[in-house]
Amino acid sequence: MPAFVLSRLAQAAIVLLAVSALVFVGVFVIGNPVDVMINPMATQAEKLAVAQSLGLDQPMWMQYGRFLEGALHADFGRSFLAGQPAMQLIFERVPATLELAVTAILIATLVGVPLGLYAAVRPDAWISRAGMGLSIVGLSLPSFWIAIVLIMVLAVWAGALPSSGRGETRELFGIPWSFLTIDGLKHIVLPALTLALPKIALLARLTRAAATEVATSEYMQFARAKGLRRSRIVGVHMLRNLMVPLITVIGMEFGRLAAFSVITESIFAWPGAGKLLIDSILQLDRPVVVAYVMVVVAFLVLLNLLLDLTYGVLDPRIRLQARAA
Amino acid sequence: MSPSVAKHRTQSRWRAAMVRLLQSRMAAGAGLVLALVVLAALLAPWIAPQNPYDLASLDILDSKLPPGSLSGDGSMRYWLGTDEQGRDMLSAILFGLRISLYVGVLATLGALLVGTLMGLSAAFARGWVDAFIMRIVDIQLALPGVLIALVLLAILGKGVDKVVIALIVGGWAYFARAARASAMVERDREYMEAAVCLGFGRGRQLLRHLLPNCMPPLIVIATIEFAEAIAAEAALSFLGVGVPVSEPSLGMLTANGFDFLMSGRYWLCLFPGMALAIVILSFNIVGDRYREIINPRGER
Repeated sequence: MPAFVLSRLAQAAIVLLAVSALVFVGVFVIGNPVDVMINPMATQAEKLAVAQSLGLDQPMWMQYGRFLEGALHADFGRSFLAGQPAMQLIFERVPATLELAVTAILIATLVGVPLGLYAAVRPDAWISRAGMGLSIVGLSLPSFWIAIVLIMVLAVWAGALPSSGRGETRELFGIPWSFLTIDGLKHIVLPALTLALPKIALLARLTRAAATEVATSEYMQFARAKGLRRSRIVGVHMLRNLMVPLITVIGMEFGRLAAFSVITESIFAWPGAGKLLIDSILQLDRPVVVAYVMVVVAFLVLLNLLLDLTYGVLDPRIRLQARAA
Repeated sequence: MSPSVAKHRTQSRWRAAMVRLLQSRMAAGAGLVLALVVLAALLAPWIAPQNPYDLASLDILDSKLPPGSLSGDGSMRYWLGTDEQGRDMLSAILFGLRISLYVGVLATLGALLVGTLMGLSAAFARGWVDAFIMRIVDIQLALPGVLIALVLLAILGKGVDKVVIALIVGGWAYFARAARASAMVERDREYMEAAVCLGFGRGRQLLRHLLPNCMPPLIVIATIEFAEAIAAEAALSFLGVGVPVSEPSLGMLTANGFDFLMSGRYWLCLFPGMALAIVILSFNIVGDRYREIINPRGER
């Protein structure tokens, strides 16, 4: 097992290096940030001074060398605009994004998986048909459209829920969280629902497909022959065997939610990392964009590793194969 | 097999697929909607009540009228309301539809082309070329395609052509992986051996013999990617990094209307978004049915 983890970590390091080169070369071509940041009336000498202070006057390979050297210390330079280290800016925003992504994936799992199981066990019940019919709608609607409809109905017409910001927060471990206050919880409902709806549809369809396949297997027939209650057959025998595909998809979708919540965060003015990314892109704040991509890639690579490791725990057969290989 | 026989075969296969597609009432309905949408987009300059780009035909006195209002001079009815410049929303949506579909088609075809060529090359060249291409694919598939497109657009700037390029770069990897997988199976088949023995050139082996046999899974992916490309373009334009203001796609119209949502002018935002949702939904229903037909086990 340690050898497996080590080789995967080495692969991850190579991937990160490759991505850093690609992103750096790509982002290097962005228009000159100096022009954006300072007064257009500034003299050539003033522009040069700013470029020098940001290290933009040096050749590209030297900038990349400095960038890599910094990256090893998790230092991706300072934001051109805020003046703070880019990494610090991102990590200040990460809790808000994670809070939203975790809430959304929890809602999606708690609704989607039971719905899929029910549709697999009773395919002809009206709730199964309606659920599966709606799931293709849920998968098709663009997320900003879902957000708009939710805002229109629940915020503008019903006036029941706020549609902007995090609301009141309370600190835990020195980090502000929304889910600890009533007002914060109200603020999280709409963005979390926006992110959760397509994932509910996805998980329901996936669970149904996997459960239908498992339903005819011998251990399921045996469980029925033993006269077990249906709830136990579905809840224990069936669910246990669905764990590996479900955890894979839930994990990957969680990664995607956390990595790309840009649209939902900017619609709901949720002060997370995605909002920071789009603001930085629109303002040509190069170090923040680069640092964001690096953080996201590192996060996704680690998440994949973590998922691979959980398979062994969930399914002993996979553990044996990993050892043999 | 003579060319005419081969042609007949593919034709009847397509026809059979069409017949089975129409057997599902929902898919047939969605197909009809889709056909109407494409027709409306193609004919927009002739059927739209107004040319939304022609500022001379706009009347600022008619701005922000709710759906169903009559224009100030009584000459036309704004069925879907007007925007802050007095532009008829129905016309704006018809023209926006053109841009959305145009971007979706080009981005999907481009990604299909690039991805398939990369995948076939990887499978055919083997060795380090294969390893190199597939590692890039792995890295790309780990990231959301929209994120790649977003960062790329940050570099390229706004523009319809740039959005297409960004979406191709964000989407080719799926095609490459699928093309390589089928090509790995197909390249060892007897017909490929025959093509090699007959002394056909590399290009002919790849494009005339291998490629047609790798197409079915690629078409399946293309149906998924097309819907995703349209949604992605809308999302990027919504975020302000996609198409320019002068060529508003449905996503752009929705974004513009979003600013007025809080003041109760729901139609500016609701209708373009609804048009987009209808296009994507009906396309997904047709695509879903098509996947069922060519892949009875229903795997994606």
